[in-house]
Amino acid sequence: MDKPLTQHIKKDGSWLTLKEYEAVGGYQALKKVLTLAPAEVTTIVTDSGLKGRGGAGFPTGSKWKTVPMGPDAPAIKYFIANADEMEPGSFKDRLLLEGNPHQLIEGILIGAYAIQARFSYIFLRWAYHQAAKAITQCIREAYEAGYLGEHIAGSDFQLDLSLHTSVGRYICGEETALLNALEGKRANPRSKPPYPTVHGLFGKPTIVNNVETLCNVPLILTNGADWFMKLSKTGEGGTKLYGASGRVKKPGLWELPLGTSLREILEEHAGGMKDGYQFKGVLPGGGSTDFLTEEHLDVPMDYKSVSAVGSRLGTGTLIVLDDKTCPVGMVRNLEQFFAQESCGWCTPCREGLPWTTKLLDSLEKGTGKMKDLDILTFQTHYMAPGNTFCALAPGAMEPLQSALKLFRQDFERHIHEHKCPWE
Amino acid sequence: MTPENTLTDAEITEIQTIFRHFPEKSAACIEGLKVIQQHRRWVSDEAVRGLAEILEMSPAAIDSVATYYNLIFRRPVGRNVILMCNSVSCWIMGYDQVAACVKRKLAIDYGETTEDDRYTLLTIPCLGTCDHAPAMIVNEDLHRDLTTENVAAILNTYE
Repeated sequence: MDKPLTQHIKKDGSWLTLKEYEAVGGYQALKKVLTLAPAEVTTIVTDSGLKGRGGAGFPTGSKWKTVPMGPDAPAIKYFIANADEMEPGSFKDRLLLEGNPHQLIEGILIGAYAIQARFSYIFLRWAYHQAAKAITQCIREAYEAGYLGEHIAGSDFQLDLSLHTSVGRYICGEETALLNALEGKRANPRSKPPYPTVHGLFGKPTIVNNVETLCNVPLILTNGADWFMKLSKTGEGGTKLYGASGRVKKPGLWELPLGTSLREILEEHAGGMKDGYQFKGVLPGGGSTDFLTEEHLDVPMDYKSVSAVGSRLGTGTLIVLDDKTCPVGMVRNLEQFFAQESCGWCTPCREGLPWTTKLLDSLEKGTGKMKDLDILTFQTHYMAPGNTFCALAPGAMEPLQSALKLFRQDFERHIHEHKCPWE
Repeated sequence: MTPENTLTDAEITEIQTIFRHFPEKSAACIEGLKVIQQHRRWVSDEAVRGLAEILEMSPAAIDSVATYYNLIFRRPVGRNVILMCNSVSCWIMGYDQVAACVKRKLAIDYGETTEDDRYTLLTIPCLGTCDHAPAMIVNEDLHRDLTTENVAAILNTYE
């Protein structure tokens, strides 16, 4: 079983029905979990080393552990699957949502049992219409089979699950912004603390976990924490969905052991660069991660190793920059996205991101000055972690700060040549 | 005298069904806007006032939510809404040439609707199908691996 997460997903684009999912062992993990104490479930997930696959990489078991439990805990708690995949260049949760929603539903059930939640939601981005169809049918099947509702699989456990389809905005992926969106409000992030695990949706304890994270949960409960830990190459636990886009020979998505090297993903799975194009750099985990270059290709793609070379694993989906694409133009495209998607709540982000975009725009048009590079560097400090309300602006600064260092000459050429050299 | 609510009975019933699922009426604001848009393609000022009445909110509070989300349309849109991905992977793969081709064919720019009301052209952030860039959504259909050669034929299939 080298691809436990995706092994049952069909090639024809149709999703697994309840019968098909049960035939490959589906909902057996749930039945096992219902005989355990909630705390035991959380311990198994903690021991497996599972970390959040949405980008931040927070240990899943540790998150669950902070939810109030016992007779004094609030009677209503919520469990939410974050299916608002909108990180530029990321297309991994789509496969799990379209291919096997029952696996996600089982993960939600197990997580909800561990924190003793009463209600659950799948927060899905509007654009994933095929996923919405698949999830809607699978939720209906799960209710009919007694996996959702009252007395789940004959136990005393009770959980309702509904699908919420969003109406846009990248910021909804931030967990506190997501809660505001679910409450029908503007999706501005909330101040933390209090954390959602204590004071979340409608003021109740709430867990928000990424889709890929939750799809791993049934596998961990079936096969054990040790098994999961051994799946990875570098000891962080599990496999990972890695993707590649840009001018590579075979853009795509692959489930590989966590810690597979950047070089292996690029050269073996993505087939290397397209003929006529040279590798120049890569964003290893979506639009809000720092660029890596040739010298970093042997880095194992796990949380610790990618951080050690100055970037982040993020969503694990590579965006490849080739020699015929302008790095300044690429960063301009990213900053324009972040400026547009800023919720406007805090000043550094609301003012800083459009300013950054304008400066990059003028560089691209050939009207940039050397002083602009200093201002861009200033912006990367001005919007650094701790100076803004949430992680959007610091994330936006990651590709910029690394590009300014790694592709400094290319920035300067725009100024000296009074035009974009790639035009 | 309060003016009559301009929402239809069908819309009002749907919205009322939704807010019963929430601990407070105002939580149904986004869902209510979605219902209205499904019935009329976009959300007019009158519709905002109608929803405000049902949810016991001020029209301004409803509008602050409506204008926040980019897939709630506060201006009329055509019969077919084209959402062109303009994020990074599509940019690398040359989406701008495809977009230019669409703009020329329809003789409109982003944010505009053709005179015959057939198409509205908008952008959308990353569609999560980057291994098949460039991509767009028309109404609810995803179209991938777009080129300047195939995009016109795709659009022609939408009346």
